[in-house]
Amino acid sequence: MGATVLVVGEQIDGVLADTTYELTALARQIADGGTVVAAGGGPGFESAASAIAADRVCVLGGAHMNDYTPEAYVAAIGALAGDCGADVVLAATSAVGLDTAAGVAAALSLPLVSYVVGARPEGGALVTTSQLYGGKLLAESEVGGGRAVLTVIPGSVSGDAGRGQAGAVESVAAAASPGRMTFRTMIRPEAGGVDITKEEILVSVGRGIENQENIELVEELATAIGGTISASRPIIDSGWLPKVRQVGKSGLTVKPKLYLAIGISGAPEHIQGMKDAELIVAVNTDANAPIFDVADYGICGDLFDVVPALTECAKANA
Amino acid sequence: MHIVVPIKEVPDLVEELEVNADGSDLDREYLKYKINEWDEQALEEALCLKEDGGATVTAVAVDTGDVDTYLFTALAKGADRAIKVTGSFTKGGDNHTAAAALAGVIEGLGADLVLGGVQAPDDLDGQLPVLLAARLGLPCVSVVSGVSVAGGTATVRQEYSGGMMAELDVTLPAVIGIQAARQAPRYAAVSKVRQLMKTATLEEQAAAGAAVDTGVKVRRLYRPDAAGHAEMIEGDAEEQARRLFEILAERKLVRR
Repeated sequence: MGATVLVVGEQIDGVLADTTYELTALARQIADGGTVVAAGGGPGFESAASAIAADRVCVLGGAHMNDYTPEAYVAAIGALAGDCGADVVLAATSAVGLDTAAGVAAALSLPLVSYVVGARPEGGALVTTSQLYGGKLLAESEVGGGRAVLTVIPGSVSGDAGRGQAGAVESVAAAASPGRMTFRTMIRPEAGGVDITKEEILVSVGRGIENQENIELVEELATAIGGTISASRPIIDSGWLPKVRQVGKSGLTVKPKLYLAIGISGAPEHIQGMKDAELIVAVNTDANAPIFDVADYGICGDLFDVVPALTECAKANA
Repeated sequence: MHIVVPIKEVPDLVEELEVNADGSDLDREYLKYKINEWDEQALEEALCLKEDGGATVTAVAVDTGDVDTYLFTALAKGADRAIKVTGSFTKGGDNHTAAAALAGVIEGLGADLVLGGVQAPDDLDGQLPVLLAARLGLPCVSVVSGVSVAGGTATVRQEYSGGMMAELDVTLPAVIGIQAARQAPRYAAVSKVRQLMKTATLEEQAAAGAAVDTGVKVRRLYRPDAAGHAEMIEGDAEEQARRLFEILAERKLVRR
């Protein structure tokens, strides 16, 4: 007996998020012979819907779905989950996913599991694996009834099996929104200036740098090896470097030839944005930092010793 | 305007995390805790809103043992009130139970805006702001950096991937999950916190909500397999730097 699994789709400007394919692939495993339904709202989703390898893709229509608001999505997906008898609902660990997942779980009185990196049916139960404590530990959990809403960390499963041809694409009138939110505008990153997604060598700085003045050390290294400086979230939040330099979930996804991570512990949100770099080198004082699990080479040491030494090597060989 | 900021204590991830004997939870005996860093961001944004146009800022925390310091620190930073929600709570307790306890208190306070940290590193059963919103029947926007309020409406910026942000208007009361405040969280002088600990008292309210069954049971907590692990470069800093430079030169990533 398979389950019915509902995927919360996401798109921007008519391009589906990679997570939509990843969730569809995971849904297929969880459904175990049952039905995979994917859903999303608005014209942008409709134009891309047929590329999702789900049995049914539901395009939630209505003027209130043209632009995304969390409450409209919660209402529409919640109603659809009830109508299609979803046992499991999959959303991404993203702005859209967090709001939708919790709203749907509350509406359907289903358990909610966060930071999921894997899930499988086992007997009548659903067994999930979550990445907790900034990626330092995994938790295997059991949801007894086999019914739950999961938020899945982007990039934790391959999306290949989720790409293909939809079984059927249907238009569904979206449930009414409570009307407490209005979409105003989309703010896009400014064009021009540095584009870290196009750089071949990124020297990326994290919290380990301690203060703004010390960033100069990393800039010197970047200059010495012909690289460009980028950063993890805390550096941007502190205002030490501009947002266009941010690598990670709410920043940019980069695939340089060399990614040199300086004082970055490697929270899942960061790793999501740089794990596909060709060569990853990490310098960190904490030998157990998760960044070393994705890095090709690691130096466990004090960046204030290692970085200047590396800069000297580069200068000596210039 | 009344802004309520829920604050949670979480394990300090800088510390070594050990798993307990039956593998069901952290070994918490010698564990160090700190305030959830996203809650610090939420508090900062609340204090900025207070400075913008006047607001009462109330910090609330369920009493998981050592929250007094965080609440006094919130007062030292400029919060007007600090409330400890008492009951039988444990460190590392689930967010559904915390949300149930906090919802009753927040309703009683008549909050216009609840600003919570968008996530915490130990959120197994969902994030606190979204769970609170569901309990309170309020609209919720997560992953927000930037809030302004005019009349009965909050204008928020919700972050997507790739540096995109949507600006949304939300009718108050509402719950917002804060990713980052508009500026780095301010510091509270230790002397000021200590002084407040002597002179101020925290308000206490008994939790109304009972413990909630999340339906999610941890079977085992474990370290990820080092499926891939970096090849570590040994030696002192100069030796490490030289060896790394050689590796990069061999791959023609730097000139030698």
